[in-house]
Amino acid sequence: MIYDVVILGGGPAGLAAAVEAKNDGAEKVLILERDRELGGILNQCIHNGFGLHTFNEELTGPEYAERYIQKVKDLNIPYMLDTMVLDMHDNGDLKSIHVINEENGYMIIETKAVVLTMGCRERTSGAIGIPGYRPSGVFTAGTAQRFINMEGYMPGKEVVILGSGDIGLIMARRMTLEGAHVQAVCELMPYSNGLVRNIVQCLDDYDIPLKLSHTITFIHGKDRLEGVTVAKVDEKLKVIPGTEEFIPCDTLLLSVGLIPENEITRNAGVVMDNRTNGAIVGEMRQTSMPGVFACGNVVHVHDLVDFVSEEAVLAGKGAAKYIKGDLDTEITFTTTNGDGIGYVVPQQVAMTNVEEKVTFYMRVRQVFKDKVVNAYIGDQLIATKKEKKLLPAEMVNFKIAKDVLAQYPAGEIRFVVEEAK
Amino acid sequence: MYDIAIIGAGIAGSYIARELTRYKLDIVLLDGENDVGNQITMANSAIVHAGFDAPAYKLKGKFNTTGNLMYDQVCEDLDVPFKRCGSLVVAHNEYEMATIHELYQNGLKNGVPGLKILFKEEVHAMEPHISEDICGALYAPTAGIVSPFELCIHAAENAVDNGVTLKLNHMVTAIDKINEHFKITTNCGEIEAKYVINAAGVYADDIYEMVGEPYFQLLARKGNYFIFDKEAGSLVNSVIFPCPSKKGKGILVAPTVHGNLLIGPDAEPVDKGDISTTTDRLDYIKQNALKNCPSLPFNKIIRSYAGLRNTPIKDTFTTTDGDFIIEESPVKGFINVAGYESPGLTSIPAVAHYVVEEIVKPLIPDIEENLDYNPKVRKHLRFDEMTEEEKVDIIKQDPKYGKVICRCETITEGEIIDVIHRSAGARTVKSVKKRCRAGMGRCQGGFCSPRVVEILARELNCSLDDIMYDQQDSTYILSGHTKSVKEEA
Repeated sequence: MIYDVVILGGGPAGLAAAVEAKNDGAEKVLILERDRELGGILNQCIHNGFGLHTFNEELTGPEYAERYIQKVKDLNIPYMLDTMVLDMHDNGDLKSIHVINEENGYMIIETKAVVLTMGCRERTSGAIGIPGYRPSGVFTAGTAQRFINMEGYMPGKEVVILGSGDIGLIMARRMTLEGAHVQAVCELMPYSNGLVRNIVQCLDDYDIPLKLSHTITFIHGKDRLEGVTVAKVDEKLKVIPGTEEFIPCDTLLLSVGLIPENEITRNAGVVMDNRTNGAIVGEMRQTSMPGVFACGNVVHVHDLVDFVSEEAVLAGKGAAKYIKGDLDTEITFTTTNGDGIGYVVPQQVAMTNVEEKVTFYMRVRQVFKDKVVNAYIGDQLIATKKEKKLLPAEMVNFKIAKDVLAQYPAGEIRFVVEEAK
Repeated sequence: MYDIAIIGAGIAGSYIARELTRYKLDIVLLDGENDVGNQITMANSAIVHAGFDAPAYKLKGKFNTTGNLMYDQVCEDLDVPFKRCGSLVVAHNEYEMATIHELYQNGLKNGVPGLKILFKEEVHAMEPHISEDICGALYAPTAGIVSPFELCIHAAENAVDNGVTLKLNHMVTAIDKINEHFKITTNCGEIEAKYVINAAGVYADDIYEMVGEPYFQLLARKGNYFIFDKEAGSLVNSVIFPCPSKKGKGILVAPTVHGNLLIGPDAEPVDKGDISTTTDRLDYIKQNALKNCPSLPFNKIIRSYAGLRNTPIKDTFTTTDGDFIIEESPVKGFINVAGYESPGLTSIPAVAHYVVEEIVKPLIPDIEENLDYNPKVRKHLRFDEMTEEEKVDIIKQDPKYGKVICRCETITEGEIIDVIHRSAGARTVKSVKKRCRAGMGRCQGGFCSPRVVEILARELNCSLDDIMYDQQDSTYILSGHTKSVKEEA
């Protein structure tokens, strides 16, 4: 059997892409999921706050996932669980995907289109190289979240958290509610990497101190973690001597960044973007490999799941268009990040595929107040996005109408942070 | 009463135990740790040296080359990843070139095969990422890379399969010589043996002092290392050494046998047991590694660690000259294998043979050959290294090989279950990692550690919070149930 669209990952991106592809006329859709259930990381995110944009209500992670899982079931989209994709090969019109699971053994699945939705993983203590010992009791925040919310076990009692990413903030509250004592959240940067609402609801409400411009300089304890040395850093992020402080603790959680999981993407030869660590994608989330699409955290790390779903709709639509031969491949515009902007997605736009507008997702490099994001083609200012405050933690969604873009034949769209006029 | 007690289940103790099973002997292998190969063996450069460094008159010089040449057979029997990738000692100036010529001459004396002095262009043809700043190098094609902990674990497994009793978590606290035998007191009771082999690594001097007058002392010297992601693994093809100095072989850059890249170590005298990494030392390694490999991608680091060397020091009461101490000690029947630092890993096949044939055998005149001795361990099925056909077959035979637990290294549940149920099998998350690499990859166990804990608990028939990361009791991973679960219970 040859599938129309195979989706690598049954998390929020994969589910939404599958539903959209099916609704748009792809008949044979298949979801491959490596975990034991659909829903991806949402299954362990039992806090609320999901779905405000998509459903206008506050759902928990599993509830949000359930809405999409129900749609997948209603549409009779087949899925395989506990199934690992080993690699993907491009054979021109067809892609072959090598997968294994316990039930079916080694399978080679052939499909016309693929949507990559593998999500992301957490940066580790190894990657950031904290000096000291390597005892038990050091976890990434997501691993601790899995132990608590999925397995029902506590990873420890006296906690320090390094990094103020959203999972770290959520886990500060979660551990507190489970009776642990969270002593502090340390953040290397002078600003938080999490959403403002999470700082308020997860730290401030529980009197957990957020130590900005602080890092951990030593991990103590040969067997189980016994404590950490915390120190203040200067504006160059160098430790200020004399500011070191020992905090006894048995648990250190790390929330120091997320990295898109693109092993399959890279091995298949899809062209990548160094800025996002994801594939270079177009407005329908098409990659450099015809018939291969990517969306969600595997393309760039999102702040809200609602935007993952939004992006996945594009990829699902794109894949359905592709198998019908309706997807235009001629690139009209490329995008680039100017002053103050870290990256822009999509990196390419083929105007004939655009319906009403293009939403450009981007992140700023630092905190900006009373500034705007401007979009230029050449010297021409084509659109402006006003925000009271621009934070690296919060993705900027910059919508530009098709009519506006259509005034220009081609070129590079450059996004920059500038003074408001 | 055992015939022989071996103290220390690192590479030396484990390998000697295995070698001793060629004879009909009742052997006990003791270690204070919760796993074999858990200290020096766990954290070193993982290099099989060619043998041109140490002078021929030293034991180090004698055993290095012979040990090296035994590696192909040993790693085949014990099913250990090993690759003869060759090594280069790189010279940056004429003064260093002179040292390289000395090493070359010394290598010839030690019988190192295939040594060659290369011009700059030849070096760059082999290793395009080496600095433009060099003038030549010494090439040793027999140098290699190995997985030291797998070698040790498989040697221990094979020793146990051949009849050795392995006792972990047995910390030796006293040794008494009683008539013609030894009474070894541990935190878990007493053990009696006719002979003792002291292979206690950095603690071998302390162990010896329990029974004899000190005649050597060991200095712990710490070395820091970095491991890079497999994406950086092909930066170099062979082991790249700087020109050696009095301090040692210097900061090397090497591929690992599993496809990562390794840099290190520095050398710093420390207290025994101090295996902490420090910022200044890690920076020092980076700076020095850059001299030979200027394009090292430091953003691809996935792990740093530190390990100890146990350097015998010369002082008023020592007869050693920084050499291995491998001999029957002044206490009759008590054998020291001490000061066992680099090239200890490389030398071990030759050293074990020497210890058994030249030291133990003469002590036991009526020693009998063990005709059941099997030098091979049961093959490890490494899913990721299999061909497509082999993968198809293995999942048919055992569906657990169709379930990937460690995503980064593609390690299946079948492999994890296997290493738990082997002799000297895995009991902890770290011991699973050492045996089959689950958690060794770029996410460092982020995804798989909860799964590994679950599998260990299921296979060992205990609860999740009984599973340790490393040492018994003290390295717990989970502190107990969450509130809701507690209430239900």
